[in-house]
Amino acid sequence: MTTAPSPLRSGTAARQAPGAGAARGTTPGGTGRGPWLRRLTPYLFLLVPVALLLVLTYLPVANMFWYSVTDWDGLDKVKNFVGPDNYVEVFTEPDNLRVFYVSLYYFVASFVQMALALYFATILSFKVRLKNLWKGILFFPYLINGVAIGLIFLNFLKPGGGLDTVLLAAGLDALVQQWTGDPEIANYSLAAVSVWRYMGLNFVMFLGAIQSIDGQIYEAAELDGANRWHQFRHIIAPSIKPILGLSFILAISGSLSVFEIPYVMTGGGNGTETFVIRTVWMAFNRGMVGLASAMAVILLIIVLLVTWVQRRVVPDEEVDLT
Amino acid sequence: MTRAVTSTFKYVSLVLASVAMLLPIGLIVFGSFKTNQEFLATNPFTLPASWTNLENYATAWTRGGMGLGFVNTFIVFAAAIVGTILIGAAAAYALDRFRFHGRRGVLNMFLLATLVPGVTTQVATFQIINALGLYNTRWALIVLFMGTDIISIYIFLQFMRSIPRSLDEAAMIEGAGHLRIFFQIILPNLKPAIATVVIIKGIGIYNEFYLPFLYLPDSDLRPVSTALFAFKGPYGSEWEIISAAVVITIIPILVLFLFLQRYIYNGFTSGATK
Repeated sequence: MTTAPSPLRSGTAARQAPGAGAARGTTPGGTGRGPWLRRLTPYLFLLVPVALLLVLTYLPVANMFWYSVTDWDGLDKVKNFVGPDNYVEVFTEPDNLRVFYVSLYYFVASFVQMALALYFATILSFKVRLKNLWKGILFFPYLINGVAIGLIFLNFLKPGGGLDTVLLAAGLDALVQQWTGDPEIANYSLAAVSVWRYMGLNFVMFLGAIQSIDGQIYEAAELDGANRWHQFRHIIAPSIKPILGLSFILAISGSLSVFEIPYVMTGGGNGTETFVIRTVWMAFNRGMVGLASAMAVILLIIVLLVTWVQRRVVPDEEVDLT
Repeated sequence: MTRAVTSTFKYVSLVLASVAMLLPIGLIVFGSFKTNQEFLATNPFTLPASWTNLENYATAWTRGGMGLGFVNTFIVFAAAIVGTILIGAAAAYALDRFRFHGRRGVLNMFLLATLVPGVTTQVATFQIINALGLYNTRWALIVLFMGTDIISIYIFLQFMRSIPRSLDEAAMIEGAGHLRIFFQIILPNLKPAIATVVIIKGIGIYNEFYLPFLYLPDSDLRPVSTALFAFKGPYGSEWEIISAAVVITIIPILVLFLFLQRYIYNGFTSGATK
């Protein structure tokens, strides 16, 4: 997790400095306040960051746990304790369970997304003409505003829109669908839009990992008669393992926290309601803060569990934070 | 022979992917130059009759409030980015240059916070923002963008290590206090990290929809993304106007991307892997 920078150096520097200052006869301003203030300094610098962290991350999480066992509506002065009722309702009400099912579409789609990203990252890390152009085109959608993406695809998928026109021109009339209107298909369409949007980020991350491999390793492998597939299997794959692990976590938490694309494109209608759409609707339109909090707590626990399991299964030497 | 086949396959796949990426955007661009009749009568692949028909753009900019949206976005971005830089750099300075009780604990607190997806906690965060009296003010967004940005702290922390401590020590011998060291040595030397944070954060704020959607219902305070979303209502059937609004939204990001490609890639690879 950490590299241990020598604690001595900073310690001695801090201890010496006032002495040095005094020796050179500077004003006592730096020394009069002495070691006491010096020890306080890091805390003063951390005051605001930690306060914000507590108020905007930890306090909401703690409150959420508390709300989730009450029947609070978000306005009432009193919050009645109802125990596990909300949790029971999350798991027994079919409409609530549906949102978990909907996130599976996005979850499966994220593997398609990673496979595509890996394929393109691999071919673009070898010699290709116009490399930067391809790289830019594949990555750019990730930078576009989510609302804009939703509208771009509403336009593209609407009856008689771009996709239908392409299919008709290709003589594939039978394939034309109500892409976002048919509950059987809508989730596939939305998940595909999600792939279009996020593939570029995965791609750039993989590309960065592959390019950090020393070129000489490939040369050595070529001399040993390794073909492209061998190189991928034995050189590229192991080196991007940490990034793959991270992408996997992002895939899970991402597929559970999908909001913009379905909200913009279908408003959560036609069976496309996601976890976040439902939670927002519960908490802010129906005043069921208790129930919405229970949903959010479950989501948070899933994400933390997955992360924990992933860290245990793929020990990650890459993350090094101090 | 096989080499030629794989090479062909490689380029065919790249071209197909590029078409898939660009076609939906291209059709929106075509549509944005069409008149209402034209949009309804022609097929999406038909080029607009006139590439100089900017009427949809004018309508979107003024009546749709896109112009105002840019102003609002910029105000929030400017305030939040200054805050993020100061907060992130201060935290990184304290954690990298000092050894103190609770340092591990603070680090772990920041680490754990990265695992909490922001969307999950909004149900409860909303109550806090409301209690602070920030609901429906720009401050709600500014405070949230500033206070929940752990990634920036990590980027600064990573970079802080590469700033030689001898610089701090030399300044101390000169009699500089910690505040002066922070402002005159640390911040100027953090420039590359600051650039990365400005880019990632800037794109993030520009594209953020969920927070303004929740906290800023007031149409005069709307940033670009919720202003764009509002087109779904009154202009719901006027796709040529919506198309123009979408293109207006994309242009600044495209320009930025063309100019800062390298930094953007680096920013996202370093930001994502921390």
